[in-house]
Amino acid sequence: MSQTATQKPADSASDIRNAVIRLAGNSQDGIQSIGAFLGQLAGSTAQEVMTYMTIPSTISGGPSIFQVHLGSGEVLHPGDRADTLVAFYQHSYDGHLSTLKDGGICFYDSDSVEEIKNERGIIHIGVPFTSATIEAIGGSAKSRGKNIFVLGLLCAVYQLDREKLTKIISRKFGKKSEDILRNAMLAFDAGYAWPVHDIEHMPMAPGENDAENRISTDGNTMIALGLIAGGVRFGAGYPITPWTTIMEFLRSELPKYDGMFIQCEDELAAVSLALGAAYSGHLAITGSSGPGLALKAEALGYASMAELPIIVVNIQRGGPSTGLPTSVEQSDLMQAIYGSHGDAPRIVLAPKNVEDCFYTALEACQLAKKYSTPVFILSDQAIATRLEAFEEPDLEKHWQEPELDLSERGADFKPYPLDKITRHSPPGSRSSEGKYPVVTGLEHDEWGHPSGNPANHQKMTDKRRNKLVALAESLPTPEVHGAENGSLLIVGWGSTYGPIKEATDRLMSNGHAVGSINIRHVHPLPNGLGELFDKYDHILVPEMNDSGMYGYGQLATLLRAKTCNPAIKSINKVQGISFRVLEITNEAEALIAGN
Amino acid sequence: MSDTTSAAPAEKLTKKQLKADHPTWCPACGDFAVLASFFNVVQKLGIPHEKICVVAGIGCSSRFPYFVNAHGIHFIHGRALPLATGISLSRPDLHVFVFGGDGDGFSIGGNHLNHAARKNVNLSYVVMDNYVYGLTKNQTSPTTPLGQRSKTDPRGAIDRPINPMAQLVSSGATFIARTHAAQVKHMNEMFERAIVHPGFAVVETLSECTMFNPGSFDDSNPRKGGVFDLVDEETQDLESIAAAMDLSQDLNPGKFGVYYETKRPTKNELEREWLTDAQSKIGDLSQRDLLRQRFASMR
Repeated sequence: MSQTATQKPADSASDIRNAVIRLAGNSQDGIQSIGAFLGQLAGSTAQEVMTYMTIPSTISGGPSIFQVHLGSGEVLHPGDRADTLVAFYQHSYDGHLSTLKDGGICFYDSDSVEEIKNERGIIHIGVPFTSATIEAIGGSAKSRGKNIFVLGLLCAVYQLDREKLTKIISRKFGKKSEDILRNAMLAFDAGYAWPVHDIEHMPMAPGENDAENRISTDGNTMIALGLIAGGVRFGAGYPITPWTTIMEFLRSELPKYDGMFIQCEDELAAVSLALGAAYSGHLAITGSSGPGLALKAEALGYASMAELPIIVVNIQRGGPSTGLPTSVEQSDLMQAIYGSHGDAPRIVLAPKNVEDCFYTALEACQLAKKYSTPVFILSDQAIATRLEAFEEPDLEKHWQEPELDLSERGADFKPYPLDKITRHSPPGSRSSEGKYPVVTGLEHDEWGHPSGNPANHQKMTDKRRNKLVALAESLPTPEVHGAENGSLLIVGWGSTYGPIKEATDRLMSNGHAVGSINIRHVHPLPNGLGELFDKYDHILVPEMNDSGMYGYGQLATLLRAKTCNPAIKSINKVQGISFRVLEITNEAEALIAGN
Repeated sequence: MSDTTSAAPAEKLTKKQLKADHPTWCPACGDFAVLASFFNVVQKLGIPHEKICVVAGIGCSSRFPYFVNAHGIHFIHGRALPLATGISLSRPDLHVFVFGGDGDGFSIGGNHLNHAARKNVNLSYVVMDNYVYGLTKNQTSPTTPLGQRSKTDPRGAIDRPINPMAQLVSSGATFIARTHAAQVKHMNEMFERAIVHPGFAVVETLSECTMFNPGSFDDSNPRKGGVFDLVDEETQDLESIAAAMDLSQDLNPGKFGVYYETKRPTKNELEREWLTDAQSKIGDLSQRDLLRQRFASMR
């Protein structure tokens, strides 16, 4: 059908509700920006979106993909199989055709892709992305802009909101220069008008998310914004993928909020600067990805001992060592909880999706202040880099004003009281008695004096642990999605939330009594889990980490230690990619059938 | 990050007010004199009691904060400077003093010294250099002279020691001095000049370890027959890196005094300039509304 075909009414029953579009090219082709534009469009048209990308860990160049899952209703994962593949090169075509569903549509750049395989009823549509873009922009021998040409093409095929999309493009390119914007619009219009003969247009059904003020962005941005809203005004870091975008963002943004973010010479300096600011009475953060966290470990042990509040962000990637720097994994859970010398209690929270990054960061701020201890935000590469659309946070409700308490401390002030949670007296605060405290990493008595007394070390260890015990008691048992009891409970943490929730829905619709939970408070674990687990025949814990020597993933190991429940089983995956829904449902059905 | 400097003039502190726990140092350790000199200078400069912030890493000399009755923090090995950087940048109202030894500053913390210095962070740093690891009981340190025996070099040190003054000069520090714990008057003067200097000020202080390295600094101690040779500030160009490097070539026993002194914008000032600029562009908008505006741009 050509461009002149009459458009179907928007609420036609044949409208599609979900579209998974995979863009495969090289990292310099701007395929990420196509994804970003589609993501922003979804946010402003009440649709849901989730993206997934791979990037080579090179400066420029190398194969790269960006996958966008658009949905009229809830979108929980970036899509197992693509409905549409856009291939920029022969290698993109060869490498990604298998990810296209049977009967899917493949747009390929007929200037570069020469060999086509006719298989599985796939519809091939050759479009000369490169030459058509050059022709549209006029005279330039460069093919820059072919991503925008493709965006125009997709806009026409899926009958997306052209007006809003061009507005988003103008906002982005208008900042750069008039020339760039003009070229982008020419490329877009050429793609939009390109006659596509072999398929019907596939209009997307209107979005159903009627929340006002929806925004679309990635997880790292939401962590950074959550930290600002939570009162963080000092940070320090060192560049490492995929954490770096948080430090770049805070470096530029914090000065506007009377705060600062300092780039340091190494990870050890970064955590030390942040602890210096924490000691000085500010709410401070540092962050990194796996290897960087290993370097910070000693100073974080100090923070537990000295009872300094600090927020530590870890954007997990494939490990160990340099590992898979641009791929997702959840193998730093034990490092986050136990990665220090000595008994060094700390709080660990894990966001489940992009929106949750904001609220997790906010809670991390509250807990760090309340318990005067390190709080980890354990996110991962998938959440960090993908786009989602969701309702803008209500700052009326969530804003936390930064505080610096330099009030005079009286005669009863003790830095480490055994019967209370530590409240430090930051430098600059006067002491009515003229006695000033030393904050220390040596075991100390209530006044901060070094003490090797055996009973004192036991009492102080109890004090530091009991803060977390008190927190665990205050935490609600996670809410169950699906069956409240029955044959199977699927337990996840972090970014497996989406595929687990969708798997639960599919299993339920296949007639199984299945429920699922996502645990944000991975340490300390909330109370009530044991009782909850008892309501199910099987407990399945999907994790993107290895099953290790004893056959269980990292959270599963902790859950077994906490509940002694032998029904807890693991599914583990370390392939640098998230779980597919099918992988979880297959395992779940096998488990249920074996009962 | 706003300036919280109080306008009230400080009452003069007494030594009694500044003293805390009795030092755990060995009898006649050079560090006692450093502590006494610090008390003197802080008293003389009239720094408000609560604005004094004493920072240290790990080592004999790094026990310093326990012996001063002032806000203090005893951190981990080698990281006193980055910790102090966080304090200094986030709290410009404080007077930040860092104390530590040669192992803490030149070995495990060597990288931080270079970076805190080149960034010109506003703080004063006293390296109490005794040419040996004392707290762990006599191992070779980065400044242990060649041939000197220790428990890790029973045949005598074989690794060439660092030249602390040459390293400091090349680090980008804006105030660099060298003094001797047995020369109290000179030490007082160097500490005072370091404290009033805006930016990164470092004083290499030879402080004898009477337990593992007795007599190590006698050649620059007139009471022990040595020569305490001073830098002649009349002829020395204090703003010349090359001249400071020349001075650093011979440290056996070498000269004492200010090797290098210059004015350069501090890290504190440069960061604050950005904060002020960023906020002046925002005008009267509250921080909360600023964040709201940010969200609106993401719709």
